[in-house]
Amino acid sequence: MFESSLKQLGAALRAKKISSVELTQLYLDRIAQLNPRLNAYITVNPEISLAQAKAADMRLAGGNTEALTGIPVAQKDIFCAKDWLTTCGSRMLHNFVSPYDAHVISQFNNAGAINLGKTNMDEFAMGSSNETSHYGPVKNPWDQARVPGGSSGGTAAAVAARLCAAATGTDTGGSIRQPAALCGISGLKPTYGVCSRYGMIAFASSLDQAGPMGRSAEDLALLLNTMAGFDERDSTSLRRDKEDYARDLDKPLNGLRIGLPKEFFAEGLGSDVAQSVEAAIAEYRKLGATVVEISLPNTRLSIPVYYVLAPAEASSNLSRFDGVRYGYRAPEYSDLADMYEQSRAQGFGEEVKRRIMIGTYVLSHGYYDAYYLQAQKIRRLIAQDFTEAFRQCDVIMGPTSPSTAFKLGEKGDDPVQMYLSDIYTIAVNLAGLPGMSIPCGFGANDMPVGLQIIGNYFDEARMLNVAHQYQLATDWHSRAPQAL
Amino acid sequence: MIPYYARFNKVLTIMSLSTDDVKKVARLARLAMSETEVEAAHSQLSGIFDLIAEMQAVDTTGIEPMSHAQNVTQRLREDMVTEGNQRELFQSVAPQVEAGLYLVPQVIE
Repeated sequence: MFESSLKQLGAALRAKKISSVELTQLYLDRIAQLNPRLNAYITVNPEISLAQAKAADMRLAGGNTEALTGIPVAQKDIFCAKDWLTTCGSRMLHNFVSPYDAHVISQFNNAGAINLGKTNMDEFAMGSSNETSHYGPVKNPWDQARVPGGSSGGTAAAVAARLCAAATGTDTGGSIRQPAALCGISGLKPTYGVCSRYGMIAFASSLDQAGPMGRSAEDLALLLNTMAGFDERDSTSLRRDKEDYARDLDKPLNGLRIGLPKEFFAEGLGSDVAQSVEAAIAEYRKLGATVVEISLPNTRLSIPVYYVLAPAEASSNLSRFDGVRYGYRAPEYSDLADMYEQSRAQGFGEEVKRRIMIGTYVLSHGYYDAYYLQAQKIRRLIAQDFTEAFRQCDVIMGPTSPSTAFKLGEKGDDPVQMYLSDIYTIAVNLAGLPGMSIPCGFGANDMPVGLQIIGNYFDEARMLNVAHQYQLATDWHSRAPQAL
Repeated sequence: MIPYYARFNKVLTIMSLSTDDVKKVARLARLAMSETEVEAAHSQLSGIFDLIAEMQAVDTTGIEPMSHAQNVTQRLREDMVTEGNQRELFQSVAPQVEAGLYLVPQVIE
């Protein structure tokens, strides 16, 4: 049952081969058994999950079902879910039981999916290793001495270890794709504006985007069908016709033009990762694709641009955490200003404080033009690189991350080293393009390698087709960690 | 007409960060910080600003700043009440409330 696709699970539920209550209980038991080792979940709430499953079973009995009705889906702890503890990986929200549902959560609820629990993450989604979580690091199911990536590390580990049927993530600079790569699963960050940000705790609002994480491209298509859609409550949500992201899955790839950015295969890329990615490209040639070298000349600048824009927006977004209306309040303080300063100093972790400091500085008087405005201008140059590239190709491919999963603590004290590991994913967020990662082999220490597929705006259906055809021809996506 | 942002196209020279700057920024960000924390933050932030400094060499004359890929304009809505009053529910997660009000330390003597 743990190896079944969402389509198979849906069919089994509709055929009454298993009930949603039974399926949910199977996963809850597995979480109880394995989560103490992996720390993939911050919160499970069997009472709510099983009540939802019971309701789903009634719906299944009535025949009024959708693709995900009765299926247990884990939610990244960045999504507010009514009556659920929603911490965003932070001490600041250690006691925050959300009074409302994020749009993405209500979409899953309306589809009759089961909220299986809230997954661990880097604090406020700031990190690439899941080590900044206040609730402890997540262990990579392939090797528990290694990180799962981040910030959606709990989700990636939960999917890889079969602690859920599928799950959600969010991606501001690579937070879906990089952990997907490091844990050997599939993940998709849609075009900016496709999934509503309402109720998704804000990090960098002009970059944040929710997306599905699962074991195959086919699963991701079903999840995205549920997650996507216009929402009045998010001012950057895009009003578009409803589409079926699974519609092109079975198309052959004859004539597909794949662009390989030379900057993605330059210095800094691990040879083991390069080897797996090149083998994947060779497989695509066999499937009928042609390959063209392209250039994204401003790739290098995406890191400095990102580390101005994201902290600037974060410092503004996180100013709402002041110990007054919700969240952590310091036990001792002398006056109002001291209450703010103590509550924030104690409620936020080191990385979050670091980014608030960067953001506050670059937005402070006299520096706005040199930093924020300059970064926004270079952001346009980076986006234009992609527009240019997509004149020559249909999708862009390359590595998701320069290396496989590193050891816990390995990049501990040097934030700059950690930031540099986001080199292949960040530009996609800056441009607002859709990007995904699928497993394409194993590198050093038998750790999974991810292939990144970048599409043009709103080309998710094609990307899922491209990923699905590869997954029909290979079996990397169905490998599961045995060490558990 | 020259757009607002184009009038300031001269790239500003970025000064290196002092510990006094760190203290000032911490105050602006409402983050209490000990002397040791200021020292640590100073060295780490300096490393990050070295990384960011690379941006300054790029000529962006005439480039429009970008904030949304689809160049959408902010949607406006009618000024109408759409949500009911849920004060009790929302205040149930507050650190300290009384008679429907959020309690904070006294501000005015």
